[in-house]
Amino acid sequence: MKKEFCLNDIHPGQKAVIRELKADGSIHRRLLDIGLVKGTKVECVGRSPGGDPCAFLIRGAVIAIRSEDCGNIMIQLPEGV
Amino acid sequence: MDRERVVAIAGNPNVGKSTVFNNLTNLHQHTGNWPGKTVVNATGYCSTEKFSYKMVDIPGTYSLMAHSAEEEVARDFICFGDADAVVVVCDATCLERNLNLVLQTMEITGSVIVCVNLLDEAAKKGIHIDLDALSKELGVPVIGMVARDGKGIDELLDTLDDMMDSERITVKAVAVCCADDGRRMYDSDGRYRICYPDAVEQAIAILEPAAEAVLEETALQYEKCRIGQRKLKGPGPRWLALKLLDYDSALDEGVRTYLQKDICQELPVREALPRAEKLLAQAGLDQKRLEEEIVSSVMATAEEISRAAVANEKERSDLKDRKIDHILTGKWLGYPIMAVLLMVILWLTITGANYPSQMLSKALFWVQDRLTEFFRYMGAPAWLHGMLVLGVYRVLAWVVSVMLPPMAIFFPLFTLLEDVGYLPRIAYNLDKPFKKCCACGKQALTLCMGFGCNAAGVTGCRIIDSPRERLIAILTNSLVPCNGRFPTLIAIITMFFIGTSKGAGTSLLSAILLTLFIMLGVGMTFLVSWLLSRTILKGVPSSFTLELPPYRRPQFGKVIVRSIFDRTLFVLGRAVMVAAPAGLFIWAAANIFVGDQSLLNYCAAMLDPFARLFGLDGVILIAFILGLPANEIVVPIIIMAYMAQGSILEMDSLTEMRNLFVSHGWTWVTAVCTTLFSLMHWPCSTTLLTIKKETGSWKWTFTALVIPTLAGMVLCFIVAQTAYLFI
Repeated sequence: MKKEFCLNDIHPGQKAVIRELKADGSIHRRLLDIGLVKGTKVECVGRSPGGDPCAFLIRGAVIAIRSEDCGNIMIQLPEGV
Repeated sequence: MDRERVVAIAGNPNVGKSTVFNNLTNLHQHTGNWPGKTVVNATGYCSTEKFSYKMVDIPGTYSLMAHSAEEEVARDFICFGDADAVVVVCDATCLERNLNLVLQTMEITGSVIVCVNLLDEAAKKGIHIDLDALSKELGVPVIGMVARDGKGIDELLDTLDDMMDSERITVKAVAVCCADDGRRMYDSDGRYRICYPDAVEQAIAILEPAAEAVLEETALQYEKCRIGQRKLKGPGPRWLALKLLDYDSALDEGVRTYLQKDICQELPVREALPRAEKLLAQAGLDQKRLEEEIVSSVMATAEEISRAAVANEKERSDLKDRKIDHILTGKWLGYPIMAVLLMVILWLTITGANYPSQMLSKALFWVQDRLTEFFRYMGAPAWLHGMLVLGVYRVLAWVVSVMLPPMAIFFPLFTLLEDVGYLPRIAYNLDKPFKKCCACGKQALTLCMGFGCNAAGVTGCRIIDSPRERLIAILTNSLVPCNGRFPTLIAIITMFFIGTSKGAGTSLLSAILLTLFIMLGVGMTFLVSWLLSRTILKGVPSSFTLELPPYRRPQFGKVIVRSIFDRTLFVLGRAVMVAAPAGLFIWAAANIFVGDQSLLNYCAAMLDPFARLFGLDGVILIAFILGLPANEIVVPIIIMAYMAQGSILEMDSLTEMRNLFVSHGWTWVTAVCTTLFSLMHWPCSTTLLTIKKETGSWKWTFTALVIPTLAGMVLCFIVAQTAYLFI
């Protein structure tokens, strides 16, 4: 079976495409608000000094997301990764 | 005269919405980047030759789906605020995301004007916006702006006039009302129709006539009771239908007030809703999927429009920002840079405030002497002179001369950091430790606000969504020293630990010590947050997202003016208002005698044994108690009490002050404990009242009072008792 990837699996500089949001309730809506819908391209652009949260470039804005939430955001890795 | 027209000004956070608002109304509404500043609507007025307008600045939001307090306020105003037009301010540097809000607004109302602000910054980043194409795609007037230079404001007013003239805007008549595939893009009132997936469209088609029937009936009723001859200006049937499907309890209330009835109980809706819901269920769209589909459709439309109107020279325009981020939030440099920045700001404040402070106090005490001469000349009784000059005036002079210069330096510096966009990076850097304490990273922002004023910090806690984490942030806010406490800290540190010789080295050393004390306060914030989330506020950290906005070149001139007028004078004004009556009271307490002792000394003597346990003395403790209204007056009270009968001694040099303190038994232990206690004791009364207002509970207000007091007492006790062992 193919391994499922989430946002925690990409490192600064890597890109991916959103496949599914597994989050529920208010955080689900919050993620939708920042433009994380199926098919959205994201790029990891940095990590905070503590290693968490990470910053992602989403639709032209840089947004920090904690690792617990990244774990619920499933992605497709671009070809060749 | 025509009636006043209401115009709502909406927009994402940080797009210069308030600049537009200020330009229009000449008000100095500072909303800034301290998030959550506008959680209420600010209003201002302006008029053109044709109309007079009431401008309403609504909170900055990314969407109108109402997931936070700000969004709810914004959406309720756009939906039910009876606005004649809505101006949506957009950021040209990331238009696509801003279009999200534009489209959501256009779904609700047809009278929208889009302002594309920050065109200069976009041009610098190689982003070009075709305003005509955007206007054609959206079917509403689009105005290019550089609001900070006032460019585009006149054009906006002209467009508003035109729009009011024609009631419904004419652009749509010119633009194609049908998309290429023949679908209608607007309803009869000019509201935009976003194209949703088939199943959703079918469900809407079932509900829309029902919603329309209810709306028409309501409009008829309104006309009958002459509530309004005008049309209902809020949302139309299509939007209501959509919201009936995507149920939201917060909106329910608003719709009920708008229509004065429960729409779900109306016959047509009651009949149609189950059918529509069944259809959605058959298509496999539960609440969550439906939400996703709706958002996706809006986003897709925004993407399409932005493709037609935005041209990017470069593939990436943010590389410079990423490089800066790499340093400021880097693994090795992130924390040290924060500490150094804090130190530099404190050093600049201490050094810079030194001379003006002395000059001010010389001048003000010169005035005091003249006042004294005047009172003597007039033959005024001694008690009147004592009360007004030695009591009220002297405390005022102290507060002004000690507080004004540091604030006039600290606030602008802080506002600069805020303007550049560094504050969110602090929250980003500090999120991990806050998460470890089961708190929210945004607490770092409210903590920073606390440096200015704890009451402001407490209000700022509204930006934290989770109620538990918000309470933690509120309860711990006064553990960082506010501007009212800085002068006390600086004075004591300089007097006792540095020596009073002048020079850059001296002030650097006091800056370092002060930074350490502040870090201790921050450390206590973490510790207390951690303890709270283990005990009375148990819970897991909730998720949150934080935007790191692009760095901006700060507007130096405006920053200085704005921070001096809006913050410095505001805080100083409050301090003066509190200090004047306090001065009177303290003078009275120092001059009313019980037996052979003044009331002040009598109380101080009573408290003395208790205070000594904590390395303080009775006078210091009573000064802190009397300083409840404002921490600024703590040092003046100590001085007054030590000088007992109010004999005139000019306290314009720290050396004299040190001598006075030492002659009353101060040692380095007293100094350390006083500093610690100043850092951690009960919040000032303004902060306490704010906490009561924000939490709505005396219990939490009391907790907020007990926590820092307890922390301060425990620390002072440990320090004092350990020191006594060795002395």
